[in-house]
Amino acid sequence: MSDKSHDPNQMTGAAMIVRALIDHGVTDIFGYPGGAVLPIYDEIFQQSEVQHILVRHEQGAGHAAEGYARSTGKPGVALVTSGPGATNMVTPLTDALMDSIPLVCISGQVPTHLIGNDAFQECDTVGITRPCTKHNWLVRDVNDLAKVLHEAFYVATTGRPGPVLVDVPKDVQFATGTYHPPRKSDVHRSYAPRVKGDATQIRKAVALLAGAKRPVIYSGGGVINSGPEATRLLRELVEVTGFPITSTLMGLGAYPASGKSWLGMLGMHGTYEANMTMHDCDVMLCVGARFDDRITGRVDAFSPGSKKIHIDIDPSSINKNIRVDVPIIGDCGNILGDILQVFKAEAKKPDVKAWWQQIAQWRARNSLYYRKSNDVILPQHAIQSLFEATRGKDTYITTEVGQHQMWAAQFYGFEEPHRWMTSGGLGTMGYGLPAAVGVQVAHPDSLVIDIAGDASVQMTMQEMSTAVQYELPIKIFILNNQYMGMVRQWQQLLHGNRLSHSYSEAMPDFVKLAEAYGGVGIQVHKPGDLDGAIQEMISVKRPVLFDCRVASLENCFPMIPSGKAHNEMLLPEQANDEATAKAFAGGKALV
Amino acid sequence: MNQPASAYFIEERHDPNETHTLSVLVQNEPGVLARVIGLFSGRGYNIESLTVTETESQKHLSRITIVTTGTPMVIEQIKHQLDRMIPVYRVVDMTLTKRSIERELAMVKVRGQGEHRVEALRLADAFRARVIDATTESFVFEITGNTDKINQFIDLMRPLGLVEVSRTGVAAIGRGPEGM
Repeated sequence: MSDKSHDPNQMTGAAMIVRALIDHGVTDIFGYPGGAVLPIYDEIFQQSEVQHILVRHEQGAGHAAEGYARSTGKPGVALVTSGPGATNMVTPLTDALMDSIPLVCISGQVPTHLIGNDAFQECDTVGITRPCTKHNWLVRDVNDLAKVLHEAFYVATTGRPGPVLVDVPKDVQFATGTYHPPRKSDVHRSYAPRVKGDATQIRKAVALLAGAKRPVIYSGGGVINSGPEATRLLRELVEVTGFPITSTLMGLGAYPASGKSWLGMLGMHGTYEANMTMHDCDVMLCVGARFDDRITGRVDAFSPGSKKIHIDIDPSSINKNIRVDVPIIGDCGNILGDILQVFKAEAKKPDVKAWWQQIAQWRARNSLYYRKSNDVILPQHAIQSLFEATRGKDTYITTEVGQHQMWAAQFYGFEEPHRWMTSGGLGTMGYGLPAAVGVQVAHPDSLVIDIAGDASVQMTMQEMSTAVQYELPIKIFILNNQYMGMVRQWQQLLHGNRLSHSYSEAMPDFVKLAEAYGGVGIQVHKPGDLDGAIQEMISVKRPVLFDCRVASLENCFPMIPSGKAHNEMLLPEQANDEATAKAFAGGKALV
Repeated sequence: MNQPASAYFIEERHDPNETHTLSVLVQNEPGVLARVIGLFSGRGYNIESLTVTETESQKHLSRITIVTTGTPMVIEQIKHQLDRMIPVYRVVDMTLTKRSIERELAMVKVRGQGEHRVEALRLADAFRARVIDATTESFVFEITGNTDKINQFIDLMRPLGLVEVSRTGVAAIGRGPEGM
């Protein structure tokens, strides 16, 4: 028998956790200490390879880890204590599950002998987080810990990425056991995501693409998740085929907004040309998107005349909402590569000139039109000004959820992937500020801006304190209309303009609030002062709360009303009271 | 289309429902059943019958048999959603294979005297149910068969003094030499 005291792989569970983080290349984690994770915090204190960012609320740790993950392509890591620490992670875990973000959460748990006893700060963490993680584990034996941690990283980052949680009771953190570096056998044999696409299906897809007269490429977050090669191949496919391309909210940046084949975002608040192209196309290539209900509109009228090709790594995304003709299961990058290879060898560039002429007519409708004003700042104008001021700079954008988010998607042009962090699936107000913290940690020298709403930003405002502590010069660009704008818009359009609880009666003074946190506050009212104020915001190398007072009753258009199809969009110039009333008729009359 | 004002596209689908029997091979580990059941309740799928026990203890494999109903699109979703769970090895739609055998076991308690008692025993014999407990005023029958047969037997016992029933739920296996 060897002398175990000299075995470097003999260590406590707490030490194993830090060691596993290092072995997986983790350099930054986000967390909040508490009773059930103190042994892990003690290990963190005694090393310097993993930097810990102390947040002000566990939800902030989760969203920061999400922002970190989305802007780097690496998994984000959060560390929280048992009970309330874990329950506060439920929102970010669900958010990451909906948006397929690789997240590893390590939670402390009460000692194993107390589990089930209603001990102090005990909750059934694996039970609570089971439906909001890709997988989760409760580790009862320190000798299982290394295997579980390695599997957790593997599951989070492979296949369709997603959040995982490892719940570690305090006695397991204290116990000594044997650590081993990551190895293949750590993973369930039942987990084997498919990467390579079926060759027959790929040939069918190419045949459809080659014969298309009115094609469209509809890409999503899956392309970005797949990595830089998928983005490169998507761009090449657009170039080789000459096809128009639109994308989901999650997919912005995979194809550059300045590219000549770009139609803008599609869906409920997508552009007229993108939605009409989707509706009238004869061949649709969906890459790494999932026919979400914000995208399809009325499903039985969704792109009725088209043959649909769907590339997705998750078989459960196929035929979930929309029946497709050629499903291809596997990694986007891998399959795009195969499609391109077959296309270039066997097909010639289809003639889509007539189709582009049609698209040009739709584009001429100028569906993102808004009326500028000299007296009041229009929110769309504010985002355009921000875009112009940051164009060409090394910029990352996060958002909260609501009107400002849609305007950001419409008016901020993304040229590269991983530059746009927004809560798409779950729609989490309060996502953007902590996400910006995470992005700035990953990219300390870049310009990181949270395009925010005045309501959303107050949900996780406390993370300003984190930004100040770690000298993270994030910019919180608040489009302040003093309403929950999207709620108010729906109330106006659908509920007789009865603005039930969508007005913030007691708005804080954001400038004073910024100063109270030790940051910088800027307020602007007049369109003429906007550009100068934005320049000031960019040049300040400290966290900034930018209170941009905008028109309070502006609505977000164009819009597909509920129960309508893509070709029944409501355009801004049509959105007078009568047309709006007609578009939303059925339930309640409009005032 | 007349629908209430909503942020969602509210639509009723009228595809006819189908009943399918699914066999699911899983790693037998803590929480695996909760994951499967949570998937059904969380996504609004139906469970008509659920049977689970460890079938290969050396490999820690359990076999879950689920009878579910839904439109063809929903059934397809259920299979994919089960299949992508980390501890799930395989999902086989026994109904689609059209070559599966389904059995259920039920224990049926009947209380009665005189003619009812004789009739219950006679019917049990016709259904090849065994008597596994008897008192002067009751029987417990054990019956094995497919769901329809058991339902029919229980219906017949009702007027003869049916007290209670305990059923295992459906277990299914494919015909022929191959495993799932």
